[in-house]
Amino acid sequence: MSSETKQILTTDGIPLEISLKKAERKNKIKAFLLVAPLLLFLIITYIFPIGEMFTRSIDDKMITNMLPKTFKSMETWDGKELPSEEVFASFLSDFKILVEKKEHGKLAQRLNKEKNGFNTITKKLFRQVKRNKIDETQSIKEQIMKVHKRWRNVEYWQAIKRTAPPYTSAKYLKAMDMYLNEDNKITQVSEDRRIHRILWLRTVEVAFFVTVFCFLMGYPIAHLLATLPMKYSNLLMICVLLPFWTSLLVRTASWMILLQQQGVVNDFFVMIGLVADDNRPEMMYNKVGTYVAMTQILLPFMVLPLYSVMKTISPSLMRAGKSLGGTPFVAFWKVYFPLTIPGIGAGCLLVFILAIGYYITPALVGGASGTLISNQIAYHMKTTLDWSFASAMGLMLLGGVLVIYWLYNKLVGVDNIKLG
Amino acid sequence: MALPKYTETRYRIWHYFYIAICTFVFIFLIAPLFVIFPLSFNAEEFLVFSEGMKNLDPDAFSLRWYKDMVYGTKNPWGLAAKNSFIIAIFATLGSVILGTVAALGLSSRHMPFKGIIMATLISPMIVPLIISGVAIFFFMAKAGLAATHTGIVLAHIILGTPFVVITVTATLSGFDHSVTRAAASLGSNPVNTFMKVTLPLILPGVISGGLFAFVTSFDEVVVVLFLAGLENTTIPIQMWTGLREQLSPTILAVATCLIVLSTLILISAELLRRRSERLRGINR
Repeated sequence: MSSETKQILTTDGIPLEISLKKAERKNKIKAFLLVAPLLLFLIITYIFPIGEMFTRSIDDKMITNMLPKTFKSMETWDGKELPSEEVFASFLSDFKILVEKKEHGKLAQRLNKEKNGFNTITKKLFRQVKRNKIDETQSIKEQIMKVHKRWRNVEYWQAIKRTAPPYTSAKYLKAMDMYLNEDNKITQVSEDRRIHRILWLRTVEVAFFVTVFCFLMGYPIAHLLATLPMKYSNLLMICVLLPFWTSLLVRTASWMILLQQQGVVNDFFVMIGLVADDNRPEMMYNKVGTYVAMTQILLPFMVLPLYSVMKTISPSLMRAGKSLGGTPFVAFWKVYFPLTIPGIGAGCLLVFILAIGYYITPALVGGASGTLISNQIAYHMKTTLDWSFASAMGLMLLGGVLVIYWLYNKLVGVDNIKLG
Repeated sequence: MALPKYTETRYRIWHYFYIAICTFVFIFLIAPLFVIFPLSFNAEEFLVFSEGMKNLDPDAFSLRWYKDMVYGTKNPWGLAAKNSFIIAIFATLGSVILGTVAALGLSSRHMPFKGIIMATLISPMIVPLIISGVAIFFFMAKAGLAATHTGIVLAHIILGTPFVVITVTATLSGFDHSVTRAAASLGSNPVNTFMKVTLPLILPGVISGGLFAFVTSFDEVVVVLFLAGLENTTIPIQMWTGLREQLSPTILAVATCLIVLSTLILISAELLRRRSERLRGINR
């Protein structure tokens, strides 16, 4: 018998194997087509723009396009002594074009960021050009050097050369309070200007402690909810779910009322004699306010995953542990607690991820010492309009979150997220 | 949770300590919501309990902040409420349609690259809102949709779909596919099968995903702050500006209304969850 006769055929006469594969492929395409609209929508409106944030954050093309000839002629310059006549000449011709387009101000601004002092000397050069004082039949180098003594300083030409690449890591370095110095080495900014590192550290610190507080408060009540009879636990569950469904701003507002100096919490402290009436502590517009409000707001995100895991643990396990001679504490620690670890992981990572990107609550109750990196991003987006810097910081934050997300996926799996 | 009679004293103490902690946490969770209620009926302009309120004097309570909320000329709460509802309704519709269809594809066992696609679809929920805000703002500014209702609706669809995808995939995980095969064998076309068989069965999941999407849109402030112009102001934006500038009791009146709304949403979500569990045959 040949192998052909062994092959099972469908009614159309096509071998079954091929027919099945065809059907399989058809099903795959069908399934993919269902997902395609949303996937496409998200890629266009969301994933690409995040990519655009990256190009924006490293983009330094503006000046590359402003001084094309200068950078071209600078390629052969070794950067140790003053550049040649050719470089000066091409710089002047680039500069004249910029003056015509009225863009010399932008150039001065950008160069001044690279090295202080460019503003003045660019203005001086501009005046000379405007009055047609520069005679192109004679040495342009000599004439430019006469405009201001800084044009005779090689450091300024080195600074111009440093701006040549169309991409820059300056924004990322700035977010870490660092910059590239004259010798292209990464240096730290002076101590009194290191503001961003404090913010990063504070963001991680707040997210970490909020996670710890949420865990310490969430674990007992998740346990209580999971072990109480249904009719009581359903009622108590409302205490968790109502805040969960209530607007973030409403909850922040209520904390602002509770924590203010004449607020209910302070009233209570005075009543039980913890603090003197004329010496009420400031609980808002500082870290205390941020911690308290964020913990309450994020607590449901800890309780819900913990609860859904604890619900699946049979109470007979604890009884078995006790009957085998363990004290309640030992039975809890050796039997119950290890079984809840998946829930702990899910809850902690969820709370940490949410806390690290928090913006609204810290902005309202945090005051100056409670602001986090997100507030800084919003500030640069809206007030200073330094969008590339905001993008750089945003992407650094995103990088951190993605690492945690990846961990979460490894430990719990994204499709295991439970809501409500 | 009654303790057996033979419990040793130290465990008895521990047990009461545990109950005390739980009570404290429950109060911590729920009490802040209840502070707002009485203060929103304050007759005075201050956000503290007046002597009259403490003595339950009827004159200390009034509806003036609710009147101010509805009729007040300074606060455009009316416009904000209208915008919020319009945006939330359209964003919910968009999220539910896109999310449900995608969830149908995702729960098919033939779906290629399931893991990475799922991760992409859920990413707007995981990426910090501030980053989503920046990215979406860049897109909308380029597309000329900044400061339009359309732009905000699209942004909220982005943020709302992950919830729909998650709830509907969860509902579909317990779904008995033989019923759709039965429908197909009885001569129903796929669209008809979906409308008449699948959809009614997964409806609780779809609606609860829709509720999540609605609340996400209705509460959302970070992205909207980047996108909205004066015309597109929403309730969260108004609250945000109000809270930043000065806490007026009118905000508390609005907050009370929002709490009532969220209570209603909570009740419907709970009812839906139970119905869904019953339909999927999960008995507890």
